[in-house]
Amino acid sequence: MKTALKTIALAAVIGFAGVTGAMAEQIKVGFAAEPYPPFASPDASGNWEGWEVDFMKAICAEAKLDCVITPVAWDGIIPALTTNKIDMIVGSMSITAERLKTIDFSDKYYNTPTGIIGPKGAAFDATPESLAGKTIGVQVATIHQAYADKYFGGAGATVKEYQTQDEANNDLAAGRVDAVQADAIALDAFLQSDQGKDCCEHKGNVKDDPEILGAGVGVGLRKGETELKDKINAAIKAIRANGTYDAFSKKYFDFDIYGG
Amino acid sequence: MSGETSTIEVTALTDLPSGRDLLKPHRIALIAIAAVMVFCIAWFMRWDWLPEYAGRLAQGVWVTLLMLFSTASLGFLFAVPLGLVQVTGPWPLKMLAKGFCTVIRGTPLLLQLWLLYYGLGSLFPQYPEIRQSFLWPYLREAWPYGVAALTISFAAYEGEVMRGAFAGVPAGELEAARAYGMSRWKVFRRIWLPRAVHRALPTLNGETVLQLKSTPLVATITVVDVYAVISKIRQTTYLTYEPLLFLALIYLCLTAILVVAFRTLENKIPTRGA
Amino acid sequence: MAADPGTLIDWSLLALSPPGWGGVLLGGLLNSIKIAVGGYALGLALGTGGAFGKLYGGPVLKDLLEVYTTLVRAIPELVLILLLYYAGTDLLNQMLAAMGYGPVDISGLAAGIFVIGVVQGAYSTEVLRGAIKAVPAGQIEAARAYGMSPAQIMRRITLPAMLPHAIPGLSNLWLIATKDTALLAVVGFSELTLVTRQAAGSTKAYLLFFCAAGALYLALTLVSNVVIRIIEARARRGMAATA
Repeated sequence: MKTALKTIALAAVIGFAGVTGAMAEQIKVGFAAEPYPPFASPDASGNWEGWEVDFMKAICAEAKLDCVITPVAWDGIIPALTTNKIDMIVGSMSITAERLKTIDFSDKYYNTPTGIIGPKGAAFDATPESLAGKTIGVQVATIHQAYADKYFGGAGATVKEYQTQDEANNDLAAGRVDAVQADAIALDAFLQSDQGKDCCEHKGNVKDDPEILGAGVGVGLRKGETELKDKINAAIKAIRANGTYDAFSKKYFDFDIYGG
Repeated sequence: MSGETSTIEVTALTDLPSGRDLLKPHRIALIAIAAVMVFCIAWFMRWDWLPEYAGRLAQGVWVTLLMLFSTASLGFLFAVPLGLVQVTGPWPLKMLAKGFCTVIRGTPLLLQLWLLYYGLGSLFPQYPEIRQSFLWPYLREAWPYGVAALTISFAAYEGEVMRGAFAGVPAGELEAARAYGMSRWKVFRRIWLPRAVHRALPTLNGETVLQLKSTPLVATITVVDVYAVISKIRQTTYLTYEPLLFLALIYLCLTAILVVAFRTLENKIPTRGA
Repeated sequence: MAADPGTLIDWSLLALSPPGWGGVLLGGLLNSIKIAVGGYALGLALGTGGAFGKLYGGPVLKDLLEVYTTLVRAIPELVLILLLYYAGTDLLNQMLAAMGYGPVDISGLAAGIFVIGVVQGAYSTEVLRGAIKAVPAGQIEAARAYGMSPAQIMRRITLPAMLPHAIPGLSNLWLIATKDTALLAVVGFSELTLVTRQAAGSTKAYLLFFCAAGALYLALTLVSNVVIRIIEARARRGMAATA
């Protein structure tokens, strides 16, 4: 009895050491906890890797910030930022008018078109007319969800929401959705994987709507944190100018991901 | 694990706090404070999204209830044989049923759900026979996997209860039935099963409440229940607390309705005062 | 993606060191256990306080505790976890800020323990209350007649005497705690279920990894059952056998 109570008390103390243990001045960088290759995905040793991880490291080194990666569920990443669970979002988050009502963004650090993929041989392209009656998979809380809801959902397609991009792709391969809409680069990575090579192909890019699709991807920040924002913006400029950006981008892409 | 069936009764919410003595002075003060809090929540937080989503929320509640009742009744149907073979079946069946209950009760429902949907579900399309069969339109959807996982889970938990209920029917009653010359099947149908179900009824209340609390998990495999609707609202409005508080309120009401309904039902079933 | 078992089951994916994901899974299991142990302990502490408060507290305390246990037991754990995970820590920081302290950095682990603990607290309140009520009143009266203080009575009589009654319920709660940690996957905490999902997503071996994680959870439950049986046997020493 006594020993049991002691063990419990000890466990409680160990548990709460976590509260006080991590009080150093660190910038917690929120990453979506779901794999999103080639931008960020955990490897078999539990480390995060990908283009966006390299980008984050370069930015933090440039701005002399002590950054730690903090995985957060994607669909709760904005609440996590506003409730101080994390200090910035590096999660391929597009700068949109809707999000700017709640959070702030740095300057853009990359920009890609939005694509639609589908099974090989299926006869449709990225227009609302040809997708009518089809089921389109998107990741929740993304610009793609908003876009698909507006253009394809309005034209008679069913929009199915997934918590991770990965699961949407997987369901496309499994035939449980007819098409997937996402960032063209992320889709490209899937099409080059073993699973994607066999089943699917690029059907086209959607018509742009800057209102929804935004103007590129930026670092998400809390409103009013101008000091951090200035530091990040300066760092993005610096790594663009000094070649660091191009150097790590070459590892992943054979084109300019920064976009026009 | 001797006391397991009784602990379910202890932990699950099966009764509402009584409304008597509401007018004691301290309660009036507490109610006043609560009213002020509710007023603040209603006044200072953003609720303008409610009218826009009311229709979808009602649809979501419907899906949640559908999930709850279909899986609870299906699960109960499976629970009866599961409990029975553990008491009286031949040993291979006994071991099988026991193993099934142990495995299901020993792993998280969320994992079982993902195993079914993402694991098993992604294997099916590789077989053209399945893809061309009449089942495929259903296997493409998410809800059959949700129903399957929730049914299995309910069956495993309730099967354990049924085992206790079958074992607990006094042997004398069964002997008496046999002495009347009833066949085995007749004894089962007329005496054993009704008596066991009667014994298990009180736990059914708690198990159903627990099942209701498990239903939101199906939202993680793209079934659009009330939880999924609220998630959607959270993502489009970027509100953190309001939709979640409203969701909590919805579940609170659903649980209250369930508890009251079971209470009325239980009062209707005659019991010998023991 | 051929339907040939040789490629479907690639056991090397479970190897303990990279490129196998076994190590990551075990790390996730360790995180799950940490949260379960911490949350269970916190829940026990809350439950002990809650049970005594419900039985011997003033009318206001009793009512507040009733509200707490009713709310927690009526709302799905998933919803509670989301609410507490975002609101709980946010409120704590706002309170600290109001009192003039800076914000505290709350780690995911501490937040997880807090969330599971609050949920468990409501259930253990009910379990412990039932167990305390099962202690014969005469024993407590006798202790009072000996001139023991309430604290002494609790330590020497009530707690040890109620334990055998509480153990089945408490062990059930422990099993629930281990499984509830899986829900933290939804807020992105790296426990066993989430790392399993990451591993499955990265390797596309969904079935293999979900089965492996299931085996780990099952092992945890089975080991717990053995320990529970030992504790139960110890606590029941000297008691008449039931059933």
